[in-house]
Amino acid sequence: MYRLTTRTRAGTATAVAILILVVVGVMLPAFASRSMIQDLFFILTMLTLAQLWNLLAGYGGLVSVGQQAFVGIGAYAMFAGVILLGWDPVWAIPLGGLAAFLLAVPTAFFAFRLQGAYFAIGTWVIAEVTRLLVAQWKALGGGTGTSLPREATRNIIGTDAIQALFGVRDAAARDILAYWLALVLVVLATAGIYWLLRSRLGLALAAVRDNVDAAQSVGVDAGKLKWAVFLIAAAATGLTGALIFMQTARISPDAAFAVTDWTAYVIFIVVIGGIGTIEGPILGVLVFYMLRSVLADYGSWYLMTLGVLAIVIMLFAPTGLWGLISTRSGLHLFPVRRRLTGAKIEGEN
Amino acid sequence: MIWIDTLVQGILLGGLYALFAAGLSLVFGIMRLVNLAHGDLIVFAAYLILVGVQVLGLSPWVSALVAMPLMFGFGWLLQTVVLNRVLGKDILPPLLVTFGLSVTLQNGLLEGFSADSQRIPAGTLEGASLDLGLVTVGVMPLLTFVSAVAAILALNWVFYHTPLGRSFRATSDDPVAAGLMGIEPKRIFAIATGIAMVVVTLAALYLGMRANFDPSIGPARLIYAFEAVIIGGLGSLWGTLAGGIIVGVAQTLGAAVNPEWQILAGHIAFLAVMLLKPRGLFPRAVD
Repeated sequence: MYRLTTRTRAGTATAVAILILVVVGVMLPAFASRSMIQDLFFILTMLTLAQLWNLLAGYGGLVSVGQQAFVGIGAYAMFAGVILLGWDPVWAIPLGGLAAFLLAVPTAFFAFRLQGAYFAIGTWVIAEVTRLLVAQWKALGGGTGTSLPREATRNIIGTDAIQALFGVRDAAARDILAYWLALVLVVLATAGIYWLLRSRLGLALAAVRDNVDAAQSVGVDAGKLKWAVFLIAAAATGLTGALIFMQTARISPDAAFAVTDWTAYVIFIVVIGGIGTIEGPILGVLVFYMLRSVLADYGSWYLMTLGVLAIVIMLFAPTGLWGLISTRSGLHLFPVRRRLTGAKIEGEN
Repeated sequence: MIWIDTLVQGILLGGLYALFAAGLSLVFGIMRLVNLAHGDLIVFAAYLILVGVQVLGLSPWVSALVAMPLMFGFGWLLQTVVLNRVLGKDILPPLLVTFGLSVTLQNGLLEGFSADSQRIPAGTLEGASLDLGLVTVGVMPLLTFVSAVAAILALNWVFYHTPLGRSFRATSDDPVAAGLMGIEPKRIFAIATGIAMVVVTLAALYLGMRANFDPSIGPARLIYAFEAVIIGGLGSLWGTLAGGIIVGVAQTLGAAVNPEWQILAGHIAFLAVMLLKPRGLFPRAVD
């Protein structure tokens, strides 16, 4: 009996560890301080964005420098739902995903005509165009931006229960809610990508990444795959953007469409951790957060260090920190490689 | 009448963008390298010129002349030590490295010179204008345009009439075959980036004399430059000038309708060209 499997002992152990981590994460607001919850919110949302960019660039070969378009449009759609339609901010978050999806369709139509470097610049220009157009949207504050109205932020669904449960104030309850939503989002995004990579679609994706011509010759539709990956990543990026700006409750075109915050940081996280692996962004976001904490008082030195670190890693360890660990130890916490197992094969060793 | 004036101003603005883009076009054409730090390198050169003016008391022109060989050396070093290591079939590594360089340069300048706006003093040239009968043009924009054309003429001369240019073209067409003929592609790349940095210094001189600059403005210049290069088509320097003019005219026309639409109109012109001709208007090299 032979079986094709992606399961390994390390993979199963990781799944159990992550399950425990998630349970602890859910219960954390009972013990943790408000600032810790805010830091974790930051880490989780950046990790979500990093996993999505990694899906695009690391697996799909789509090096986009314009993901801030989807963060921004998602955030603005959420604000529009709250301010113009009077929705509850939590229910307006899916609106962000929808808006990002709708923007991604014409973006893909346009950008997929461009190759390589042209694609990167094309997506960036589209993000700039979106930012400039949104800045004309006077109902949402135009170029200076706007805040979520008090009555909307005070009555967010579930915050009353959280206030009663943990005995915290209104603003802290909102942070806890945002943190839980971020936890849900990061688990869904990571699990979704992991599932995708272990499915038929993931196999096709890896084939296209390694050799487009060979993949197409065995019947993989590379064009369709690119569309699927781009639209999924865009919609999820929009949801994340909406959540990030629900927590800050204040928006402006420059903040929502910031290339530094939503693309540069994200790229650095992926590159430092290790592109093309699920472990990489997780490791990367931890390094990123630690650097941020250590260098917080040194202003621009922080970004300079990040930039130099990314260059050094790209030069000397292009597979990132996780690549270094993985090649030395042979460890794969999220195994996606298909192996043939069976009594005979195991017996031969 | 006002439309002719707008058009002329747009063409002259296009000269500035072509100047931003010429170095990028050269490097992109020869080694397909997407330098995301190009805009920040222009700003960096502008600060270098400013230091010459403020600290050494040089005139802006002399200061730029002094800065040019320094920038050539910097470009040569950058290519030799960093960029040559990441060039290859995969476009991701050079993209990420130059992105890292962009962020490093921006924040390095921020640390060194603060976020205050600076300007390279141009003396009497600043407000001078020239009456051409039909329209009146500023001397500075005119000078920028003439410099852009001169830079492109010079680059084209190097490209098509010198042994170095022959090596450039050979490496651009096929680095392996060029290597077989005794050309060391990495050495050629280093010289090309050095020359690109000389053009960057010229662009920086006009950037700094025409308007205020601060460490954060690099990425926007990069986008305009890239739009000019892509509209023009890979490997065509005259195409880059045409691309710069298209972006410049679109911006001035947009601004004439509504000042808030200036930048937007430039981007939309770029997107329109890309929709119609994804390889640009005058592509020379094969992608």
